[in-house]
Amino acid sequence: MHVTSSVRQPLITGGKTLKDVTHDISRQVEAKPSMGWLLAFLFSVGVLLLGSIALVATLWEGIGMWGLNKTVGWAWDITNFVWWVGIGHAGTLISAVLLLFRQKWRMAINRAAEAMTIFAVICAAMFPVIHMGRPWLGAYWALPLPNTFGSLWVNFNSPLLWDVFAISTYFSVSLVFWYIGLIPDFATIRDRASGIRKTIYGALSFGWDGAAKTWSRYESVALILAGLATPLVLSVHTIVSFDFATSVIPGWHTTIFPPYFVAGAIFSGFAMVLTLMIVTRKVFHLEDYITIGHIELMNIVIIITGSIVGIAYITEFFIAWYSGVAAEQYAFMNRMFGPYWWAYWSMMTCNVISPQLFWFKKIRTSIVATFLLSLVVNIGMWFERFVIIVTSLHRDYLPSSWAMFYPTISDVGVYLFTFGLFFTLFFLFAKFFPVINMAEIKSIVKSTSEKVTK
Amino acid sequence: MERDKNFILGVYDDEDVLLDAISKVRGSGVKIHEVYSPFPVHGIDDVLGYKRSKLPIAAFLFGMLGTTLALTMQFYMMKFDWPMIIGGKDHAAVPDFIPVTFELTVLLAAFGMVGVFMIASNLKPWGQPRIFDIRITDDKHVMAIDLAVNSSMAENQLTDVLKNSGASEVNFKSFE
Repeated sequence: MHVTSSVRQPLITGGKTLKDVTHDISRQVEAKPSMGWLLAFLFSVGVLLLGSIALVATLWEGIGMWGLNKTVGWAWDITNFVWWVGIGHAGTLISAVLLLFRQKWRMAINRAAEAMTIFAVICAAMFPVIHMGRPWLGAYWALPLPNTFGSLWVNFNSPLLWDVFAISTYFSVSLVFWYIGLIPDFATIRDRASGIRKTIYGALSFGWDGAAKTWSRYESVALILAGLATPLVLSVHTIVSFDFATSVIPGWHTTIFPPYFVAGAIFSGFAMVLTLMIVTRKVFHLEDYITIGHIELMNIVIIITGSIVGIAYITEFFIAWYSGVAAEQYAFMNRMFGPYWWAYWSMMTCNVISPQLFWFKKIRTSIVATFLLSLVVNIGMWFERFVIIVTSLHRDYLPSSWAMFYPTISDVGVYLFTFGLFFTLFFLFAKFFPVINMAEIKSIVKSTSEKVTK
Repeated sequence: MERDKNFILGVYDDEDVLLDAISKVRGSGVKIHEVYSPFPVHGIDDVLGYKRSKLPIAAFLFGMLGTTLALTMQFYMMKFDWPMIIGGKDHAAVPDFIPVTFELTVLLAAFGMVGVFMIASNLKPWGQPRIFDIRITDDKHVMAIDLAVNSSMAENQLTDVLKNSGASEVNFKSFE
């Protein structure tokens, strides 16, 4: 029998039994949509439609609709891309890395965090696709397809191409991982339902019957997928950082980028998980499953990764000075005191100073403070990417071509489109899918609940 | 009596009672058809005498296939089919091929293994499972015993074995 130390907080409060778990989670899927959900969903669809005006304008007119110029050729689009991919790191990290480390608190949040990952990666992938200008030809530029251009292949020496493979592998493996976990829960909903709902959830549950042999295989699949997904998560943001690090632009050409980007990605991903989970637990009354203890643990991950990011900023700055390369030194001085000083200092405040507040137990166990700080971290991480991309480019080697980047309404609109898409998908998920992995939670009810079932 | 049609079911409320019960039932010479649970019960494959899953081997083989395909594709395209000088690099710039090779290894290993899992466990969208008890996906563990396989024992004998092992209910279930 599993024995839990008495110093550990129970992971499930309220003396839940197995039946309570089924009821509490399935109830959200079975109930009629609430007014609050409907309003929130329609609002997201509204944002999506509003943003799609900018998207259509960009596709129709070309990327001249954006604020790019001949000096700053990458700005708002790639900032958003890296930001969304970063957010997409928490889900698989929670479900894969924490599974390998046997961290059982992951069970309450992994389903929603993985859903968030998948939706964030969809949003991220929008930007590289749109920024090709003619995305309908994009498949020939991004994939090794036989073609009539003289069988000229894609360039496997380019980190941009590695990114295509990294992001698409990450997306599809995360999707499979998430879906395998959903199958037993769909079966639970199927067995409670009747009529058309039974048919739909029956198909979604793939004929799951809960046999011990299948569970045994399921467990080995989950373990190996976790083993495969762990290096995959680390590889994705490493390769995203290669997009910059393998170039010769001062401010980008640094070997610290891979670990620094990965830490930043986990940092922003956990912040977004907190933002979404604090709202979800409140709306769906899941306080007994996602406890203050869960929130505190996520905040501890935020302190650690936030501190790594802070050290990376300082190291980068030190190395720029220590390298003795004038262009490198200028790039960093320009970040701090140049025309984009406000972006740099927003990044420093939001990412380096604010997460340190979580050292106070009062703050890291406060729902309101956590929610606000999670938003601050997400804003800070957006600025980090903006600072890295725009401030390194806008004053290049030739002072005669120095320029500023200002976003246009189309830049903002396309970003808004991805927000609409993300929240529309998340609200659909929260209504029609079980937001917590019931089967996994049931496996720990006996060992960690306050009141043991029998 | 035909096999795989008539079953006697022991219903258990608790996973630790269930693990004990499986040993007891098997110890008294009864062959268990299968045990159904709402969640994965650790150690159940050992007491049921199931062998370790071979899925890790499938994952490894599919992973190797991914590695081979990725390297073959990149060498063929970059070195043989259309060699180009890119940044003065060697046509076969092996370190540059590693990221894509890694990604395709993971992709094929994951999809190959999951595919094998789906086929081995007979999971498919049009699958119609045999539901022994509707509460299996809620809160009950069910041990199914095929009456035809255990025809040497009388039904009331099997009922006693299940009751004594800690089953909270004993039911019968027949399939067409």
